Amino acid sequence: MTLFVSLKEAIAANVFDGDVVALEGFTHLIPYAAGHEIIRQQRKDLTLIRMTPDLIYDQLIGMGCVKKMIFSWGGNPGVGSLRRFRDAYEKSWPHKLEIEEHSHAAMANAYEAGAAGLPCAVFRGYLGAGLAEVNPNIRFIECPFTGERLASVPSIRPDVTVIHAQKANRKGDVLIEGIVGVQKEAVLAAKRAIVTVEEIVDNFDDVHPNACVLPNWTLKAVVQVPGGAHPSYAKGYYERDNAFYKAWDPIASEREGFQAWMQENVLNAGPEVFASRVAFTQAQK
Amino acid sequence: MNYTATEMMTVAAARAIRNDDVCFVGIGMPSAACNLARLTHAPDVTLIYESGTIGTKPDVLPLSIGDGELCDTAVTTVAVPEMFRYWLQGGRISVGFLGAAQLDKFGNLNTTVVGGDYNNPKVRLPGGGGAPEIATSCGEIFIVMKQSSRGFVDNIDFMTSLGHGKTGTEREALGIKTRGPSRLTTDLCIMETDPESKEFIVTSIHPGVTRKQIAENTGWAIRFADQVVETPAPNDTELAALRALNERTARAHAGQ
Repeated sequence: MTLFVSLKEAIAANVFDGDVVALEGFTHLIPYAAGHEIIRQQRKDLTLIRMTPDLIYDQLIGMGCVKKMIFSWGGNPGVGSLRRFRDAYEKSWPHKLEIEEHSHAAMANAYEAGAAGLPCAVFRGYLGAGLAEVNPNIRFIECPFTGERLASVPSIRPDVTVIHAQKANRKGDVLIEGIVGVQKEAVLAAKRAIVTVEEIVDNFDDVHPNACVLPNWTLKAVVQVPGGAHPSYAKGYYERDNAFYKAWDPIASEREGFQAWMQENVLNAGPEVFASRVAFTQAQK
Repeated sequence: MNYTATEMMTVAAARAIRNDDVCFVGIGMPSAACNLARLTHAPDVTLIYESGTIGTKPDVLPLSIGDGELCDTAVTTVAVPEMFRYWLQGGRISVGFLGAAQLDKFGNLNTTVVGGDYNNPKVRLPGGGGAPEIATSCGEIFIVMKQSSRGFVDNIDFMTSLGHGKTGTEREALGIKTRGPSRLTTDLCIMETDPESKEFIVTSIHPGVTRKQIAENTGWAIRFADQVVETPAPNDTELAALRALNERTARAHAGQ
């Protein structure tokens, strides 16, 4: 099996119609380039999972790839709503969107339980919270030792997890640094995992022994896509393009404007454009 | 120095933060207040953002909860499951600082839906994020929010996070040991939780603001404490620190 493949091959071989897919990244290291490839390959009926779905999920939803979204905070951070998500959820455009909503604590625990091979997560949460009344996947159990009432949610077990990371070595081991979010848990919880990286280096001899490293045998595909997290960021490589996050709001506010933007910047483009987008953004600073 | 109502609100909210607090910081106004506290009277305060950054000292306010600045200036950055399990659920946070779209007099917060019901909302908001567990796991909750009768309502449309419940007794009934909402700072006044009824009552009014104005911008029958004081106006040090922070932030977010 070849671990290092093109982005096109990685998505074609691992992401299928109807899959449960997690493209994770907690503000940092969001796999935009991989998300765009899923859109170009016109995947349908996906169930997307992510704690903090932002613009890339807005784009996938607006392009009709998504049947259901499982999430805990769906907005454009510091800017406002996700316009395409709201249009789909409130007005069924381009088609109906189902949601399953949790808290961050529940999602984080559910990923960890998935990575640990457990059927469910147990934590102290959802006390008095309205979500417990509208989401049947939020239940309560009694601690067998103390009798304390604790929340439980099913573990998250995606068909495929997609993440972006700083580095891979020649063997395909992957290093994640900075705000690491739930990426390690999301990869280990999934049946298959794809990683895009900024850079491929000879070895990890200079890496701290406790660093967050995913061994190559936990991954199905590793793809080098410099700038592949833009407009999110990669610590040590480029900063978050906050100006783009603000610019997205008017782009996504109308259906036609959104479609025109997607045509020009996603459908008519490829992963190679990300490096130049990052170079352009950093030159502005 | 002249100042705006928003500056008054931010300064008044910041003053409540103590130097030895460990504070779980929401994005937006809470983040501005917490960092102003750190830059003025509480230099040793530990600020924690749910992205996993512990003891962070950002030079500019983050646009998102996970800007690189937060990690670069933190004592340590942990994974998100660890953040919620060991640090928040583990009971290591003294203050959770939150904002909302809607709140009621018991400090119950809504950031989920407005209008209609949960399944058919008029407006779908981003959702709760960390708030449901922040509200019950932190030692106490401070809220900062611009006051209006649209936001300060009798009945919130969705119980995103529990304050003192619908009657003021729900925390105890659920066995929750933490204090819950204790302080609400607005652009007009400061409210604190009545120890008996658990509802917010006005304890301090910002300079130049009338009781009538406060009542008109509150959707429930507002109550005033027996002793209401005037909030001290922002001093030159507070205003200079806040304005410099806002200027650095605006420059950084414009991408220059």
